Amino acid sequence: MSADIPLLSLREAFSRQFRRHFKALMGSPADMANPLLFFFMVVTLFPLGLGPDPERLSAMAPGLLWVVALLSSLMVSSKLFGSDYEDGSLEQLAIAPYPLSILVMGEVAAHWLATGFLLAAVSPLFGIMLGLPAAGLGVLFYSLVLGTICLTLIGAIGSALTVSIRRGGLLMSLLIIPLNVPVLIFGTTAVSEAVIGGNPQTWLTLLGGLAMGSLALVPLAISAALRVSLDN
Amino acid sequence: MPLLTAQDVAIERGERRLLSGVDLTVEAGDIWQLVGANGVGKTSLLRALAGLAQLGVSGQIAHAQTRLYLGHAPALKKNLSALDNLRCHPASDILASDDMIFSALASLNLAGYEERPVGSLSAGQQRRVALTRLLLSQAPLWLLDEPFTALDVSGCEWLDTQIRSHVSSGGAVVYTSHQPSRFGSLQQDVDLVRYVC
Repeated sequence: MSADIPLLSLREAFSRQFRRHFKALMGSPADMANPLLFFFMVVTLFPLGLGPDPERLSAMAPGLLWVVALLSSLMVSSKLFGSDYEDGSLEQLAIAPYPLSILVMGEVAAHWLATGFLLAAVSPLFGIMLGLPAAGLGVLFYSLVLGTICLTLIGAIGSALTVSIRRGGLLMSLLIIPLNVPVLIFGTTAVSEAVIGGNPQTWLTLLGGLAMGSLALVPLAISAALRVSLDN
Repeated sequence: MPLLTAQDVAIERGERRLLSGVDLTVEAGDIWQLVGANGVGKTSLLRALAGLAQLGVSGQIAHAQTRLYLGHAPALKKNLSALDNLRCHPASDILASDDMIFSALASLNLAGYEERPVGSLSAGQQRRVALTRLLLSQAPLWLLDEPFTALDVSGCEWLDTQIRSHVSSGGAVVYTSHQPSRFGSLQQDVDLVRYVC
C-alpha cells in the first residue's frame, strides 16, 4: 500500500527544509542581527576596557575574536529547534517518510548560512577594528567558516537535547562548551600562527577535519536527540 | 493489509499507567474515533499510534510508512505565508504543484490569504491552513488530534466531507474528538474508558 506513494528525492526533501528555515530566518532579521550586534558591541568595548594600546590589542585579537564568535554562536544555536518544537514542526519532521537526520540537516545548513557564515564573512571587519594584522584577516575568515560549521553542529546537538526542557539554556551551555574547546584552540592557533608569519595550514586542516567529521556524524546524533526530546 | 495494527498497547506516563490492553486494527475504509474524558490518554494513544512516542509505550504497533498526523500544534511558521508553509511542509508529504495548493486553499475559503504571513491570520484560519494538507498529502492513513477544534460550522462540514471521501477512496482515519459521532454507521468508536487502569 505505502510502496506506491510517490516520495521526494532526498535532495529535494533536504532543500525544502533548507528553504523553509532560511525564509523563516530572513523573515525575522532582528534574530539574525542579534549575534552580529553582540559581536560588534564586544569588539567595541574591549579597547575601552583594555586601553587603546594597539600592540596589546593586536596580540590579543585572535583569541578575543574567536571567543566572541564562539559565544555568539552559542547564543543563537541554543534556539535552533525551539520554535520548531513549539509550533509542532518537529513532530512532523519526525513522522516524515525520510531520514530525520537529512531533513534536520536542511535546517542546520540554513541556520549556519544565516548565522555562522555571516559571522565569518564580516569577521575581517571586526579584526581590523581590533588591529589584527592584515596577514591574519584571511585566515580568520577561513578558520571561522570551518569553525562555525563545527560550532553550529555541536550547538544543534545541544539544542536538540534540551529543546523540551524549560530554560534549558544553562544546561545546554554546560553540555556543549567542553565540546567547543578543541575548535576554539585550533581556530585561535591558526590565526595566531598567521599573524606571526608561521604556518596556519596545519591548524586549518585540523579544523577542516573536525568540520568534516562533525558533518558525517552529528546528523545522526541530532536526530537521535530530537527523538528523545519528542518522546516526553 | 491493514493500515494500522495495535496489539496489547499499554501507555505509562511517569509512574502512572494510563491505558492498557488496547487492540486496534484499522483497515482501508475505516473511520475510528477515540472517545474519552480529558486526561484519559487520547492524545498519548494517538501519538503512540503515529509512532511519535516510544517511551512508556509497550505492545506492538505497525503502521503504514506514510501517515498524516495533525496534532494540536499546527506546524506552521508564523512569518511564512500559507503558500510557503505548504510548499515546504516539514512532513515533506506535499508533492503538489503551486496551482493545486492555490485551489486547495481556495476550497477552504482562504483565497486571497495565500501570500499573507500565517501569523497575521486568525486562529480558525491558521487551523484551516493546517488542514489544507489533507487535500494535498497522499498518505493513506490520517491520524487527527481534535481536528474539529476552532473550526466554524462550514469548516466542520468541509472536514466531514474530506474524511468521507478519503475513506471511500481507500484511506483510513483515526481521530479524537469530544463531539458525538459524526459519521454514523461508517464509524467505530473506541471508548478509552474500557482500557483505563
